[in-house]
Amino acid sequence: MELAFIIEKFGLILVIFLVSLTIAAYSTLAERKIAGFLQDRVGPNRAGPGGMFQPLADGLKMFFKEEIIPTDSSKALFILGPSLALFTSFLGSAVIPWGQDVEIFGRQVSLQITDINVGILYIFGVVSLGVYGIMIGGWASNNKFSLMGAVRAASQSISYEIPMGLSIIALLMLTNTLSMKEIAEQQHGFNWNVFYQPVGFLIFLICSFAETNRTPFDLPECETELVGGYHTEYSGFKMGAFMFAEYLNMFLASAVMSTLYFGGYNYPGMDFVNELLGPLFGPLIGMGVLILKIFAFIFLFMWVRWTVPRFRYDQLMNLGWKILIPLAIANIVITGIVITLIDKL
Amino acid sequence: MNFWERLYLPAIFQGMGITFKHMFKKKETIFYPEFEREFSENWRGMHSLKRDEEGRERCTACGLCALSCPAEAITMIAAERQKGEETLYREEKYAAVYEINMLRCIFCGLCEEACPKEAIYLDGPIVPADYLRKDFIYGKDKLVEESMKVQQN
Repeated sequence: MELAFIIEKFGLILVIFLVSLTIAAYSTLAERKIAGFLQDRVGPNRAGPGGMFQPLADGLKMFFKEEIIPTDSSKALFILGPSLALFTSFLGSAVIPWGQDVEIFGRQVSLQITDINVGILYIFGVVSLGVYGIMIGGWASNNKFSLMGAVRAASQSISYEIPMGLSIIALLMLTNTLSMKEIAEQQHGFNWNVFYQPVGFLIFLICSFAETNRTPFDLPECETELVGGYHTEYSGFKMGAFMFAEYLNMFLASAVMSTLYFGGYNYPGMDFVNELLGPLFGPLIGMGVLILKIFAFIFLFMWVRWTVPRFRYDQLMNLGWKILIPLAIANIVITGIVITLIDKL
Repeated sequence: MNFWERLYLPAIFQGMGITFKHMFKKKETIFYPEFEREFSENWRGMHSLKRDEEGRERCTACGLCALSCPAEAITMIAAERQKGEETLYREEKYAAVYEINMLRCIFCGLCEEACPKEAIYLDGPIVPADYLRKDFIYGKDKLVEESMKVQQN
């Protein structure tokens, strides 16, 4: 391995780490602002112009708060819970292709940390790991509300991973690859997968809401029934870590949905722009387009949160097992039939 | 419910349309410390102890306001007017100490009604927030109206 390669990858990791931290931090502000706008309010506007420094103030507050560890909790697991939640939510962004290869000083630099050939499976694995943070944290608190939240998180996560995986199978029948980079390349221009898999996308979207524990699927932290759910006993920075993990998961889910269904860095007329701006700035525009798509999805997450009320628990299970799974299987069958017919004709 | 309603998605999209419309509506927020809501004419705010036309304090420390106060927020200590203080106090007896605990006060206005000397009115601004409980006990320094001379200057 040559030195330039190491520097290049290290730089990329650092940039993506910092960018996802910043986006997650500012998502908290965006959430409060959007909540305000949707309710005819203005949202936080005191810290800096338009509330720009609110995330900094919130972060500082989290750091300086007293950390309370309950006496009856198991301390190691109590600390491990939020750490794991935060850690796993960072991992997923490693396989997202952030843009086409750029040329810097005559070197082809890939804007993807690693292009493993089972990228989608990797993301699924990391996302399923995320629920362990919540489970461990909820169990270690030694509090019945936390435990209920943790149990709900686990069962909800298991229930919705199945339709999510099934909806992806229909997509993989079209793409014939598990590599995120190749899937992104296949959607060149305006050839986005969402036009071929609208039902699959809808299922994936609903499951993303459930996997990230966002309203209307936020039963693990359902404050009307469970005080604070799995983070009832958490305070200070450990509480902040859980919050941060939720926003990072939202960012990752938005990135995955943009890449799999909405063409990732592809946009109509990209060949023309690439020729015009050269091999460095052309792909960077594509990266900007991807970031815009991610922001649009994050906005959708927040918009839905402040519109739709929370499910009841039996409704959640009925939706997952009785509607989404049959729908996803039907989607696979129909996709298979259509692919076979097109091949035969 | 028919099939279309059982899908739920149309209803969700409809709801999202409604919330989206609200994004562009006029915000009702009033930025309080900079701007204040318009109050009605008989709105009751912070108390002020009035002076008469010659700038003398009207209060004679009869204690009717303290007696009428349902929240027991008012305390006072009376004193006798000395020679040479006629320009300061209108009556022969005056309140040396007059304190209202703003945390206890419910702004009912009964003190205003009980006062025979028209000395207390709840015509001030909103009582501001503070950090310590002791800072909410307002003495004469905060309650008594500014004298005519100060007002004119």
